[in-house]
Amino acid sequence: MEINRDKITVPTMAEMAAKGEMPDILFWVGCAGSFDERAQKITRAFVKILYRAGIKYAVLGTEESCTGDPAKRAGNEFLFQMQAFMNIQTLNNYGIKKIVTACPHCFNTLKNEYPDLGGKYEVMHHTQLLQQLLDEGKIKVEGGKFSGKKITFHDPCYLGRGNGVYEAPRSVIEKLDSELSEMKRSRQRGFCCGAGGAQMFKDAEPGNKEVNVERTEEALALKPDVIATGCPFCMTMMTDGVKHFDKEAEVKVQDVAELIANALDL
Amino acid sequence: MSLQQSAFIILTLISFGFFGFTIFRLAKIFRLTKKEFRFDKIGERTVTTLLVAFGQSKMMKRPLAGILHAFVWWGFLVITIGSVEMMMDGITGNKKSLSFLGPFYSFVTASSDIFALLIIISCIIFLCRRYFTKPKRFIAPEMKPSSRTDATFILSLILILMVTLIGMNTAYVTSDSNDYSGSFPVSFYFTPALSSLGPEQITTLEKTNWWIHITIIYFFLNFLPYSKHFHVIASVPNVFFTRLEPYAKLNTMESVTHEVKLMLNPSEQSADTPPPQRFGVKDIEDVTWKTMLDAYTCTECGRCTAVCPANITGKLLSPRKLFIDLRRRAKDKAPGIIKSGSNFSDGKSLIGSDYITEEELWACTTCMACIEECPVDIDHVPFIVDMRRNLVMEESKVPSGLAVMFSNIENNGAPWAFSREDRFNWASEIYYGNK
Repeated sequence: MEINRDKITVPTMAEMAAKGEMPDILFWVGCAGSFDERAQKITRAFVKILYRAGIKYAVLGTEESCTGDPAKRAGNEFLFQMQAFMNIQTLNNYGIKKIVTACPHCFNTLKNEYPDLGGKYEVMHHTQLLQQLLDEGKIKVEGGKFSGKKITFHDPCYLGRGNGVYEAPRSVIEKLDSELSEMKRSRQRGFCCGAGGAQMFKDAEPGNKEVNVERTEEALALKPDVIATGCPFCMTMMTDGVKHFDKEAEVKVQDVAELIANALDL
Repeated sequence: MSLQQSAFIILTLISFGFFGFTIFRLAKIFRLTKKEFRFDKIGERTVTTLLVAFGQSKMMKRPLAGILHAFVWWGFLVITIGSVEMMMDGITGNKKSLSFLGPFYSFVTASSDIFALLIIISCIIFLCRRYFTKPKRFIAPEMKPSSRTDATFILSLILILMVTLIGMNTAYVTSDSNDYSGSFPVSFYFTPALSSLGPEQITTLEKTNWWIHITIIYFFLNFLPYSKHFHVIASVPNVFFTRLEPYAKLNTMESVTHEVKLMLNPSEQSADTPPPQRFGVKDIEDVTWKTMLDAYTCTECGRCTAVCPANITGKLLSPRKLFIDLRRRAKDKAPGIIKSGSNFSDGKSLIGSDYITEEELWACTTCMACIEECPVDIDHVPFIVDMRRNLVMEESKVPSGLAVMFSNIENNGAPWAFSREDRFNWASEIYYGNK
């Protein structure tokens, strides 16, 4: 394939609205996807796929703000609702109907918790959109790069158990012609990475092991080439876990979107 | 009316009378709790109840314990029909009051007879497990010796119930060998054992087993509400009233919505709703009736704790303990409130060193593995978050990292200390085809 080095300009809602245009879908980037250096790579990979698939999308850019998920889970309902009302106002002003996000926590909040406060949208996790794009043939991957590679998928709690999405990420990975190897604790019985419920932002309580070490140990036992996930927080925890075991050279932790972008040579 | 009949009627009245008294006392505890609407989607609730409660679908995740438990539960359901018949017989002085049901009667008696044997096998295996193989989840700081005693006692009672049932049926089949109602494939197998007994001895044997069996049933009925085995009664309604939303959805606090709207739009000062007395859950009066039902449904099986990432990695949190503590707290505090009114205080609360500590609450990752695992649909995470709400919004007791996270969200719109203006910087250099 010819290498195209076009610079991608990510359209914002403000620009689109100024031109009187509407995107088909709003990409909700989330705080991790916006600020965390590792998660930014996921964001960029996903944007490249959207560009390749010819999707008319937009982001909120600097108008986006935390959904309030960690505040709500930490018991600060005031702060959550303040954030929710601000975001809903922004989204409703633009007349947003459909949202995709690469963060299961934003996904859950936007999909399940904003409707009570007046924010009603169709919300997709990015693995669901990727599955759709692949099924519709809007993007086509050839497995060459990943054939013979062993990939294990770590279920993010807020995507899997929390919202019942187990198959979308797996169906995307299966398109890569690689070996999808399951951990014993997967799908409904998936084991947490340790970041949820606002744990990401505090020290762990005293114990005898870190949750992410326990989970990474399980993943590494399969001797995978890639530990795939679909959540920027799981990404942090699993990456730290792999470092803990000094396995960075052998095992990569990658988001499903990165795997697809990689297979597409983007 | 025979002497036996009179004695039985008195026994029945005492048993149901005392059971009624117990339920009345429990209802008083539930009246202290908060309202919550769980009467929608009756069709979906019915299907869930059939699958999870009657079909034991979540129990089957651990197949061995699952199938053995299902034998006991399904057996309990059919054998209960026979117990009702025994009560009818006892009151009226008739024999086999339901035998007019014909083929259905044969079906019920035959399956009861077979289940009785399966229950005996299951209970023996359960007892062996408690005493010999000792699954890890039965050993935990919150599992007091009384928990095992309680289990042993209940299992032994069930064993005696089943042995007397088969004993009674065997005697019945032997005595009326040519003309008995119903069908008893297991008991029939044991009839040769009674061949040396005379007809009177066989009648006495049948009567004795009948009396032991029915007396234990009445005792069982009245003992259940005072033991963790109240789940026999509570789990079906608990599953029926389960939360049907995605596990990860937490409820919206309407009292907070009201205040936030005022803050965002101070001109709407028509605030006639007084602020709520309490945010979140601090003590038993703050939980909803469904959370209290969760507590009374928990039979301390520990499947939740066995999958809890915090617990597995040595943290203090055990989801099972939270509901044991809630039930214990209700037992300790409710009588005081019922007697002296809502201002009653014993200087303690559900959150506190005597019951649930802050350290336990902050260890939860809200991963929902406990909810997924619970065979009777107990809803642990919303209960934990409700207690966190009290700590944060009323007590201002927040781990330092979370306090920083809150102020970052307030000031920058992100949980980290990054500037709002930098939020879109990730998009500055994206080249297609350039990793």
